[in-house]
Amino acid sequence: MKVFTARKRNIELILLACVLGISRLALYLVENATAFRSPISASQIYVVIAMVLIAHLAIRVFAPFADQFLFPLAVLLNLLGIVMIHRLDIADEVRAAASQSTFSTEASSQLIWFAIGILLLIATLVIVKDHRRLQRYTFTAMVAGLVLLLLPMLPILGASINGARLWIRIGSLSFQPAEVAKIVLPIFFAGYLARNRNSIASVREKWAGIGLPRAKDLGPIVSAWAISLLVLISQRDLGTSLLFFGLFVGMLYVATGQRTWLALGGLLFLSGAFIAYQLFSHVKLRTMVWLDPFPYALNESYQLVQGLYGFASGGLFGRGLGQGYSWLVPYAKSDFILSAFGEELGYVGLIAITFIYAFIVQRTLRTSLMTKDDFGKLLSAGLAIVLGLQLFVVFGGVTRLIPLTGLTTPFLAAGGSALIANWIMIALVLRISHTSTLLSAPSGRQL
Amino acid sequence: MNHQIRRISALMTFGLLALLLNIGYTQIFNADSLRLRQDNTRLLLEEYGRQRGTVLAGNLVVAQSLKTGGTLAYERNYPQGEAFEPVTGFYSLVYGATGIERLYSAILSGSDDRLAVDRLQQLLAGKEQRGGVVQLTIHPELQKTAYSALNGRTGAAVVIDPATGEILALVSSPSFDPNDLSNNSPDQISNAYEALLSDANRPMDNRPLTTSLPPGSTFKLVVAAAALESGMFTEESLLPAPASLKLPLSNSRMHNWQNGPCTSSGKITLRQALAVSCNTTFAWLGMKLGADALREQAQKFGFNTSISVPMNSSTSVFPADIDGAQTALCAIGQFEVRATALQMAMVVSALANDGKLMQPHLVSKVLTSDLEVIEQTQLSVKSQVVSSATAKILSSMMKTVVNAGTAYTVKIAGVEVGAKTGTADSGTDESAHAWMVANATKGGRTISIAVVVENGGGAPEVSGNKIAGPIIAKIIRQAFL
Repeated sequence: MKVFTARKRNIELILLACVLGISRLALYLVENATAFRSPISASQIYVVIAMVLIAHLAIRVFAPFADQFLFPLAVLLNLLGIVMIHRLDIADEVRAAASQSTFSTEASSQLIWFAIGILLLIATLVIVKDHRRLQRYTFTAMVAGLVLLLLPMLPILGASINGARLWIRIGSLSFQPAEVAKIVLPIFFAGYLARNRNSIASVREKWAGIGLPRAKDLGPIVSAWAISLLVLISQRDLGTSLLFFGLFVGMLYVATGQRTWLALGGLLFLSGAFIAYQLFSHVKLRTMVWLDPFPYALNESYQLVQGLYGFASGGLFGRGLGQGYSWLVPYAKSDFILSAFGEELGYVGLIAITFIYAFIVQRTLRTSLMTKDDFGKLLSAGLAIVLGLQLFVVFGGVTRLIPLTGLTTPFLAAGGSALIANWIMIALVLRISHTSTLLSAPSGRQL
Repeated sequence: MNHQIRRISALMTFGLLALLLNIGYTQIFNADSLRLRQDNTRLLLEEYGRQRGTVLAGNLVVAQSLKTGGTLAYERNYPQGEAFEPVTGFYSLVYGATGIERLYSAILSGSDDRLAVDRLQQLLAGKEQRGGVVQLTIHPELQKTAYSALNGRTGAAVVIDPATGEILALVSSPSFDPNDLSNNSPDQISNAYEALLSDANRPMDNRPLTTSLPPGSTFKLVVAAAALESGMFTEESLLPAPASLKLPLSNSRMHNWQNGPCTSSGKITLRQALAVSCNTTFAWLGMKLGADALREQAQKFGFNTSISVPMNSSTSVFPADIDGAQTALCAIGQFEVRATALQMAMVVSALANDGKLMQPHLVSKVLTSDLEVIEQTQLSVKSQVVSSATAKILSSMMKTVVNAGTAYTVKIAGVEVGAKTGTADSGTDESAHAWMVANATKGGRTISIAVVVENGGGAPEVSGNKIAGPIIAKIIRQAFL
């Protein structure tokens, strides 16, 4: 095949070697600090290395011109997450041994999800030969997205965990459909906007004397707002509704270039937030706890305050991997994994982690800039917004910059649904990046 | 659209900055106030996550930290339990720490500056952090013997090495098990603490240091010392010894024990007066010397100051502004004279050490976790209490008390013992306090002992000789035989 000679992905390979080295070092530090209690087995480590190398080869074959930084950076986040989950597993084990209770290890299942995620990345690259073909499925994506969001509402399939009805359960497997909606909905929005952006931007009709887009064109944003409110009301999921709303407003802005959409979106968001605050006790509670968590430190804001104590305990340089008390924070493996990193790697470590995210987002936006077709541009911009906004909402929430809402920390947090969705997302960006590089190359050829 | 994408990128950069500034504030500027919040359990976990150092008495471990495998990684443990509690104190999650645990906390926790190098070495070697070690002067066998000799009766015992001031035993009875207050269960601790607080026998009192009682006739040693030091009297001086003595400016009379004269002649030598503990003689002597001379002598022995061993003792008292009758009562260790067992042990220890009172102390050295010495207690003379000659005469007179006087229960073959009994009116309806102080010498080594059994331990007939004496005898046997 010509692609092998066309472009060598050696930068990616070198980066992957570094990423594997860093992850192995982190694992060693954790296991050393915890006296090698229940270490990750050698075979599990070999599987990780093999998966990473297979994916690298697959990218060489199926997307040789894709961005070389995206994949290694995502692998780094994912593996660091697994190391931290492993470290918290050990803490659970130690405490379970003391109180003779049971405990569950989540690192092993996270490793399996990692492997599944990598396989799905490869599968996506194989199946989606050209991202522009996805535009055909615009309305399929819309329907799929809505179905996914509404699935947990179904009587038998749906399951409620910690007061939020976000899961579907089949046997012992539980799955969060909203996570997959995070990649399906950007496809719908990108397809819709690529087709209608000009009419939304330019066609006006008078609404009480003010020039506004036609109801036909306005429809989608209103329905997006409605959908996010629906999610909020029915599933008590503030984070996801905020994410979808922000995603759509952001993409609408990118598509039309009209700042009024941002203003209108902001207005709708504020009014929605206000109404939600008035109507829902859990929204009121989140706000109260956000403004001053300490009076409720032993009850409503226990998790948030414990997380803050974790960050404070970490200080500038952290207590060292495996050496903090990060397990004191409830759900440290999932929702609050950033506080575990903040405690054990310190401010410096958190800066590094945020920069990895920022780098992934920037490479995605760069892809968006380089892409010639509207759909690819909008899709990659949308995926960048999903990733960036998620991180902002999660990180801002656990650090009390904004009220705490339930969103997963991409790649780091324990949880299979989010992880495989994130890997498909990376695959899509790789695909767009490959196609656009190929098309913009002087000797570019149509696929 | 590229323009908007760049805008989005800028907006995200702004968001990133906001995140980092906010978390930087939390982790760096606000960190200390978050760390010190009362509901922050991390401080406690840190304290209990390190292996706190060991306290040693001889080679015997009296306080240590054991791994739990629980949320709190270590638990404080006192293998010797209640007998050593007055020394070790306790180390409680709920009630803080007392005793050596409190005063040497920086050493034991490892936070002391002198352990900085030790900490660094442990860190570099990847070893678990361990605190420093405190070596006590306590002689474990003497401590155990004295505690079991008191046998649950309310009282105190102190043994001092007069040549160095090292406290060899510091016993309070009844005591309690410090493990009850130092385990890792706050509920258990609270329950145990409440029970101890409501116990009528007050087991949490550190009696040898903090219970001041009238010393009774044991105080006659101080009066005799003042008499000899005044130059007006020798051990052979003939002094009045009537059956009773009228107290000046008062209608009351002082009587001897058993209400008779101390000798048939009505006169007695100082040596003999001490041997039979003649009240009228010492009351007369006290009035003759005057309150100021008695107070001055008492203060040289340590009265009217607080002594730190390093736990602070209660101040033993010789009162100010007293008239003649009160002086007479003070001279036999009554009225407002008060002494701790530690104080009375210091009195005899000075007499056994040529009149030099050594600073009493409980800690001989402080070591790193690898047993390198970082501080050795320097022996120091607290004061020259009496001249060497006076000390020798008084020591000899104390032996007469044992061999031909009131302290016959501590006569032990093979050991030279000098002592003084005291049966101190408690000032209440309850029985008198039984005191005895003693010096015992064998093979060039001397120990000084003070024992008090409050209200005679409930015995029908209280005397220092019969109640405190056997306890001292057991201590001496343990030390020398």
